[in-house]
Amino acid sequence: MTADRSGELTPQLIETGTWSDELVSRTLPIVDVPFVSIGGGLGSLAAVDLLRIAGLRTDDIRVVTTIDRPHQTYRLLAENSQIPVEERIRSDASSTIDNIWGFPSYATREAMSAKGLANKIAPLRHVLVEPVLDDYYTPTAGQVYSSVDAEANRIGWNKMLLKGVVRMVRRRVGGGYFTVYTPKAGQDPTHGGTKRVAVRSRHVHIAVGYPGVRFLPDLQKYRKTHKDFSRVVNAYENHDYVYEELRRRPSTVMVRGSGIVASRILVRLLDDREKRGANTTVIHLFRNYVREPQGDRATFRRDGRNGFAYQGFNYPKAAWGGQLKEQLESLDGDARKDLIGRLGGTNTPHRRAWDDQLERGRHGGWYRQFEGQVQSVAPGQDQTVQTTVADRAGRTIQLEANFIVDATGLESDISEHRVLADLLDYGGAGRNPLGRLDVEPSFEVRGTRSEPGRMYASGSIALGGYYAGVDSFLGLQYAALRIHDDLASAGFGTRLGSMRSVKEWWRWMRQQPVP
Amino acid sequence: MTPTLVGRIQTRLFLLATVGLGWTILISPILVQQDGSVGRVYAITISAVFLTAVFGVGWELLYHALQQYRWEKDWPILYSLVVAFPEGFLVWISVLVIFFGSPPPFLVFWFHFLSTWSLVWLVAVGPIKVLLPRWRYQGGRIVEK
Repeated sequence: MTADRSGELTPQLIETGTWSDELVSRTLPIVDVPFVSIGGGLGSLAAVDLLRIAGLRTDDIRVVTTIDRPHQTYRLLAENSQIPVEERIRSDASSTIDNIWGFPSYATREAMSAKGLANKIAPLRHVLVEPVLDDYYTPTAGQVYSSVDAEANRIGWNKMLLKGVVRMVRRRVGGGYFTVYTPKAGQDPTHGGTKRVAVRSRHVHIAVGYPGVRFLPDLQKYRKTHKDFSRVVNAYENHDYVYEELRRRPSTVMVRGSGIVASRILVRLLDDREKRGANTTVIHLFRNYVREPQGDRATFRRDGRNGFAYQGFNYPKAAWGGQLKEQLESLDGDARKDLIGRLGGTNTPHRRAWDDQLERGRHGGWYRQFEGQVQSVAPGQDQTVQTTVADRAGRTIQLEANFIVDATGLESDISEHRVLADLLDYGGAGRNPLGRLDVEPSFEVRGTRSEPGRMYASGSIALGGYYAGVDSFLGLQYAALRIHDDLASAGFGTRLGSMRSVKEWWRWMRQQPVP
Repeated sequence: MTPTLVGRIQTRLFLLATVGLGWTILISPILVQQDGSVGRVYAITISAVFLTAVFGVGWELLYHALQQYRWEKDWPILYSLVVAFPEGFLVWISVLVIFFGSPPPFLVFWFHFLSTWSLVWLVAVGPIKVLLPRWRYQGGRIVEK
């Protein structure tokens, strides 16, 4: 049979779980590289950054991605959920995604670049007294983006990019993997004008982020039944027109959810009311209203009041590197799922300014809280949406709003992502107790080994494993370190030791490019 | 920093043995007073570092117990700074007992103790992570599991 290299995925390829070089080369051009990271967002950046610092060259690594900058998707989701560049995100001072050491922290760097003594001292004072005398310090989104750009440039990010859409990853006969992707127009690395390219690598890392956003079932049903996609919106999707409309005429908005995403939406709505002339009334609907601290033991009790459960970050801090991390590592199955649930769940950070703003709204009558189970969502009068709720006493209440914002932050099932679905069907991957990709403590995807090759996954798709905070800057960096250690133990690269660490840190401090 | 009990103790002993002792060796000759000798100052300052390490194991047990009442199970850096005072007081009393008859000068002891403590604290909140890139993920362990 002659090779046509047209890039066709033949039925034989699709139906075969493990591919031989001969089978692939019949229709697909092959590109060789030792390590491939799929995604190109902050998860890929964290992994590639560490591997580069540990000694791998740009030629050893390819990142297959549809985006130009590593923070692009993060930024899109942040801005949709109302975190503009000058706002502070919910992340620790030392969770520096552009710096594997966490030193100097975002706070120190903010101090160094600030003008005037008072502005220099403020962030340092803040981290010194957090969280005892003040809320946790957190960096601005803008600081994160600009430092990510700098680090991407420093490690030669653009040289490692393969722009295009990944279709699947399959194991290779004889070891390693094939990653099939459709190059972006004009960016085919084989210059043959092919439809698809197979990247042959020893190792693969998958960091594709959220498979997609999901609506609450009752809202999804309403949108589908009534074909109304403009009045019921998701906080993670662009809904700026809602705020524009709210500034034009007095309206009522219902917010669903009580986690960090809801907090952001509330801030935007109430800021618009207090500072930008919007005459908006906010109805905040809680499914579980938190009245008091949660937990039945003094040694396991989370702060909570006014409807919200409070903690600094999405898990208690020790889940990233202290005793809770160790505890989680020792658990499996339902016990692990249960602990992750109790440490996480719906929660938001306590911020004094937010607290005060909600209090003003409560007093003024433009912020109203309701608790109950939604019975139905249907079109109301005058282009409103009517939500029927059964409250705690079993009474039925009708709530009318011009818009409903789903700020529950629900994510789609991993099988919504084509690459992950294929991995579950053909790659030997399985699900963990939370339904995401089942990974080892080293973040290797269980069941996908292709000796001497290994496949890893990090980020949100690995939630439910031995590490709770996977979907965070520090979690991505922790995963990167574990992946690097595992690869080094398998003979791929040299384990990052103290000498090299110090040397590379000094290079980072001088912002010198990594060779 | 979110320490585990083992990590706390290891970090304390490691930093006192390196940064703490190094600083002590450097600073002690400067602390010699007119009527004293370098040997005597070293006896005082090195005893203080040694006692901070030994008593420290006990203190860390207490801190670990208190940490259980924090939801975050972390240990704010402010706490690690202010506990210098109760810890220093205990070491001061002990040094007075050891050197009974010729008590060490108050200023010499406290200058040495607080400067050593601050330096160890400063290294623990930042630079140690450069030397040991896995330290912050393993609760302050120096010796990896």
